[in-house]
Amino acid sequence: MIDLFAFLCFLVLGFGFGRYAESQHYKSIIKREKLFINLPAIPIKTPFPSEFPQSTALVSGNVVISIDFFKKFLSGLRLIVGGRLKSYESLVDRARREAILRMKEEAHQLGAEMVLNVKLETSSISKGSKGKIGSVEVLAYGTAIIPASAVSRF
Amino acid sequence: MFVTNLEVVPGKTIVKHFGLVQGSTVRAKHVGRDIMASLKNIFGGELKGYTELLQESREEAVNRMKKQAEVLGANAVLNVRFSTSSVTQGAAELFAYGTAVVIE
Repeated sequence: MIDLFAFLCFLVLGFGFGRYAESQHYKSIIKREKLFINLPAIPIKTPFPSEFPQSTALVSGNVVISIDFFKKFLSGLRLIVGGRLKSYESLVDRARREAILRMKEEAHQLGAEMVLNVKLETSSISKGSKGKIGSVEVLAYGTAIIPASAVSRF
Repeated sequence: MFVTNLEVVPGKTIVKHFGLVQGSTVRAKHVGRDIMASLKNIFGGELKGYTELLQESREEAVNRMKKQAEVLGANAVLNVRFSTSSVTQGAAELFAYGTAVVIE
């Protein structure tokens, strides 16, 4: 009986807080994406010949995001019938966008004008462990191209 | 030490090549962080403890890679890649590798 009560309690808490956290996170992501719209992060490997960057730097951003109890429960139900796991889709989407934004923030602090050769890596750090924390880690990294004008500033 | 994940260094030429250098570290999460993480697992949201842990470990891996390149006499590491794998329960291996070169 107590188990059932705790379960329902977690479910409600997960639904409430998880939903709030996700909507707040999306709001902040969209806001910051607009802020960094002039700092492109692209996966090409060589800088444009027209540009002679004064300096380059390896920049990276990582984030670990966990799923909430309610979504975990829903996805458990979904596993029976198969199909799209929407709750996990939004989780990895948020994590990737957040990681790219953190990388861009670091690049921006260095005065970069773009980030080249962007690579994204996704892993689950608690895979195989007993407690099974449903979380995803995303690392974004690339090379920040810093123009001469920004270098002289430092 | 110059570290980049591009294959060339803009405005510089590669004069010597030493092959692959690598650095890795295996880290376990500590219990306190694990408890916090399982709490967060109910509410959802970012696991800041893990984020920091992985960031630190990655820096460590990069430093080890740099040290290896230094020993060889290189002054730059190009085409750096990161990789993560779980070797055992509750521990993650963070691995960085690249090409050690001398640039001028």
